[in-house]
Amino acid sequence: MTEISAGTDVTEQVPEVPGPGTSRVALSPQAAELLVRLTELHGPLMFHQSGGCCDGSAPMCYPDGDFKLGGADVHLGDLSVEGLETPIGFHMSASQYEYWKHTHLTVDVVKGRGSGFSVEAPEGVRFIIRSRLFTDDEMRELGDL
Amino acid sequence: MAKYAAPGETDSVVSFKPRYDHFIGGEYVAPAKGRYFENPTPVTGRTFTEVARGTAEDVEKALDAAEGAAAAWGRTSVAERAGVLNRMADRIEANLEKIAIAESWENGKACRETLAADIPLAIDHLRYFAGAIRAQEGSLSQIDEDTVAYHFHEPLGVVGQIIPWNFPILMAVWKLAPALAAGNAVVLKPAEQTPASIHVLLETIADLLPAGVVNVVNGFGVEAGKPLASSNRIKKIAFTGETTTGRLIMQYASENLIPVTLELGGKSPNIFFDDVFAQQDAFADKALEGFAMFALNQGEVCTCPSRALVQGGIYDDFVQQGVKRAEQVTMGHPLDTETMMGAQASNDQLEKILSYIDVGRQEGAKVLTGGERADLGGELSGGYYVQPTVFEGQNSMRIFQEEIFGPVLSVTRFSDYTDAMAIANDTLYGLGAGVWSRDTNTAYRAGRDIQAGRVWVNNYHQYPAHAAFGGYKQSGIGRENHKMMLDHYQQTKNMLVSYSPNAMGFF
Repeated sequence: MTEISAGTDVTEQVPEVPGPGTSRVALSPQAAELLVRLTELHGPLMFHQSGGCCDGSAPMCYPDGDFKLGGADVHLGDLSVEGLETPIGFHMSASQYEYWKHTHLTVDVVKGRGSGFSVEAPEGVRFIIRSRLFTDDEMRELGDL
Repeated sequence: MAKYAAPGETDSVVSFKPRYDHFIGGEYVAPAKGRYFENPTPVTGRTFTEVARGTAEDVEKALDAAEGAAAAWGRTSVAERAGVLNRMADRIEANLEKIAIAESWENGKACRETLAADIPLAIDHLRYFAGAIRAQEGSLSQIDEDTVAYHFHEPLGVVGQIIPWNFPILMAVWKLAPALAAGNAVVLKPAEQTPASIHVLLETIADLLPAGVVNVVNGFGVEAGKPLASSNRIKKIAFTGETTTGRLIMQYASENLIPVTLELGGKSPNIFFDDVFAQQDAFADKALEGFAMFALNQGEVCTCPSRALVQGGIYDDFVQQGVKRAEQVTMGHPLDTETMMGAQASNDQLEKILSYIDVGRQEGAKVLTGGERADLGGELSGGYYVQPTVFEGQNSMRIFQEEIFGPVLSVTRFSDYTDAMAIANDTLYGLGAGVWSRDTNTAYRAGRDIQAGRVWVNNYHQYPAHAAFGGYKQSGIGRENHKMMLDHYQQTKNMLVSYSPNAMGFF
């Protein structure tokens, strides 16, 4: 019987944003804590940054693999969380990233009720992005200058 | 000045029930898991009712009811279905105040808008599709003397609809009216931020609809929306919201090979050419009103004119007067008929808007007015209010590129027509746009050159039925608010008929 290759995961085609020294995305302590609880409920998780109407601009958190990534996405980084074995990938569509790449993103969490299919909504909270501009030094390190 | 009593007070025109179950098969059904979630009003931040927290089991039950009702509903005559839609419209009209106040309390928007726009537009929308389905014809094509192709419209069957929270009732009706007119049965999930007002609407009209034709399952996206969107029992899914969920819904739809319609927002440019200020007359005043239109519905509109592009010749004067106009937008209690701008729909929405105001400042945009959370005092202190805010900056800034979904306007300058079009189209989205000019040639050319599905010329934020609404680029797929939406809820049956007695001549 022919062995069917398991190496066809489309996520492998997602381009990696260069720049190992400086992170493009980080977690607030509250968000990290919440991710541990959400992983207990839903298994390993992933983020995809949304855009557009309503809850656009919210980072959407899904069971890892639920959202199919592809060549139109970029992988901004992996978020390491204390207490979780595997880090959580953070992704964004490449076209949106073009308008966001000069900013460093921190995934935070606030009280609220997001719509969309993000897993934290039933807990009465919502992931939110805090942004700051990269400094020139950071941009240089990231290869953006 | 008049202020409506808040729901819960003795003289209120509307009273919410303490709890809402799912509406399935014409009756209220408790959620399978017995869980409910609290529903706060953005007006004060306090909970006013609780709502069923639906899960896959509830969605399956709703799909059972819809499948049970779809065949008979799909066979009714168009006159019968149009009659039902017209009676729904009449009933809503007779209860307009009640439904409008419920909507304001639910969403936080000023009742001035729900009384004059949201609910009247919903009523008209039902009447429009009642008329459109009566007037719809199939077609026939004569292929040759003996062969005729007939095209019949047939309903899809059971469809799923996921509704946003910015116009909870109007957006539900935008989706329900064409689906029902075309003869489909619906399973609808309201947004979890605004799950209750649709039930006030349903109480008003439920007896007019055959059981199972409209089913409403409340709950969270991950628990109720996902089982609906990914179900292999629906024949189409319609969604209004943001891009990541839009993609996810398309992914689910691809697994079942069903069509989708999506409305995913925009970052609409509102373009003011020099000649709008050629005279200080009624038209100049109208253009300034157009500049302030970003405050409509607290900016929570997919087509919010959130980028103002103003030509260099009038820039300083126009922007100064425009800011003054924006400062005249009065905030207050949403149930006060004098209030122009109410509360943002939820706490996380408020936080998101404030985070964008922060990004704008960091990027070096200049705050021309507003820029802060508004504390309106008293019981409203717990509500979610933001000052109308005007930034001046560059189109590359994130506040010019992302839909803030709040009362935040980003203003920039353009030099000439080419520059205006380049800035206008430098966006991922293409839902709405505004063009303001006294020169019809300029206005026409701009209207055609802007990559957006709706271009308002010398007006903005009008949403009459019979004017197609939908997006270019990443703003979505499909056109609502027009009879062409019927096509998105219908199959085309082609019968190719030969009237010749003779063999075709192949074998």
